[in-house]
Amino acid sequence: MLDWLLASPSERRLLGEARLRGPTAWVIAIMSFSILIIAAAGLALASTAGMLTRAIEARYSVEVPAGGANVEALLGTVRSAPGVTSAEAVPESEMRRTLERWLGPAAQSSELPVPALINFNVKPGADLGAIRRRVQAVAPAASITAHREAVGPLLHSLRLLQWVAFGLVLLLSAAASAAVVLAARGALDTHRFTIEVMHGIGATDLQVTNLFQRKIAIDAFVGSVAGAAAAALVLLVLTTGASLAGELTGGATLSVLDLLILALLPLALTALATWVARAAVLAALRKAL
Amino acid sequence: MVLSQVAEFDSVGLRYGTGAEVLRDLDFRLANGGFYFLTGPSGAGKTSLLKLLYLAQRPTRGRIRIFGEELSDAPRELLPQFRRRIGVVFQDFRLIRHLSAFDNVALPLRIAGAADEQVEGPVREMLAWVGLADRASARPPTLSGGEQQRVAIARAVINRPDLLVADEPTGNVDAEMAQRLLHLFSALNRLGTTVVVATHDVGLINATPGAQLIRLENGAIADPTGTLRNPPAPPWSRSRC
Repeated sequence: MLDWLLASPSERRLLGEARLRGPTAWVIAIMSFSILIIAAAGLALASTAGMLTRAIEARYSVEVPAGGANVEALLGTVRSAPGVTSAEAVPESEMRRTLERWLGPAAQSSELPVPALINFNVKPGADLGAIRRRVQAVAPAASITAHREAVGPLLHSLRLLQWVAFGLVLLLSAAASAAVVLAARGALDTHRFTIEVMHGIGATDLQVTNLFQRKIAIDAFVGSVAGAAAAALVLLVLTTGASLAGELTGGATLSVLDLLILALLPLALTALATWVARAAVLAALRKAL
Repeated sequence: MVLSQVAEFDSVGLRYGTGAEVLRDLDFRLANGGFYFLTGPSGAGKTSLLKLLYLAQRPTRGRIRIFGEELSDAPRELLPQFRRRIGVVFQDFRLIRHLSAFDNVALPLRIAGAADEQVEGPVREMLAWVGLADRASARPPTLSGGEQQRVAIARAVINRPDLLVADEPTGNVDAEMAQRLLHLFSALNRLGTTVVVATHDVGLINATPGAQLIRLENGAIADPTGTLRNPPAPPWSRSRC
């Protein structure tokens, strides 16, 4: 199946020995670099969104407006509610520090009423209605908010960016394919005479195609790997450590699976370029007798 | 099964694009093992007729059978197997410039699937035969016109084709080499290869006893009643057809 890749020296001489004469390898290197950076960003975003989703999926807050007085009783009620795995009260001092960002020193005023806030986690399938009833029995004004509702818009944006990254990878792959088609046509024009002679002597389209396919596959592989190597360097610089699973930005990490996907991308790009070159050359040859 | 006819042309016409027909109403047969000279003035259509013979062109009308197969409108995937049975000496040699003389001559064998070690001997022998043993590694631009022509001839005959088509094969070689090439063609012919040579060289025609003549004029065979006949004897030998 891959015998086209193992050309004999005499077959290699048919199209000349020079390699990387055209811009194909460079174009593919740039595409490969861009694809890897964008894919890494997309995978990091997906990882971040996943982490965030897992972190907040089971997390809720009880808020009691201006009701810091019975926080301890309320915390006990929440902790004892069925399905609650953990609960902790947000200290009033922390609430005031948070408010200080908007209100300045006035946030420390004892006249400013500060709501009581308790964060808690629940087991999957926990009866939130029962928890709400227990809480409201202690603090009738209390309300329960799911964190996922608050962070929903952010998650939506992260997912959207992830799809944008995926779309860009597809777009760049399409651009790389177009560059390969142009390169294949250019190579056919350059070697038109050789092809005519070969056809005249009885070469099949596949015999001619294999020569070009192999040449473009080598250019594509060299370009893909070079671009990937440059992208890997940039990613290493961006991550905080040299660890293979280091952070990309702000806590987003790339898993082993993500790294595997990134490692396979240059090979996928090479395979795509090779297939596109083969199709383009075969299509062009079919126009001749 | 041995074919009696290598090529059969029935009411064949050829035009390029929307121009006038360059070949018209061609009806003839080439017998298996025959030796034919194709003559006629420049522009008569000799090269176009040869293109039809070596399957570089399809007729715009009529039917052509080569090696017993109707190939006028055969799928192009079928053509390579027939082309491999046809050796062609082009008027402009059509050597691949970046390949050595050795690689140019070896090309038909390699395309037919011969391994490199099977190619070495026959190619060296053929190059020696055309007097180019010491020029095996030379590339065509460094060869003289005559040397290039000999490489082209060596390439055409290296795989002992069933049909050899040559367009002015002695146009660039001296008289001695022309004689040697003619002997080569005759030897191949004796081994069963049908030979068709387009030429103006009447000396070549007269030096080939038993060869038959096809004369083209204005895209048609000049003498429809005796298209395939022995070449005329002198007095017009040594003159141009």
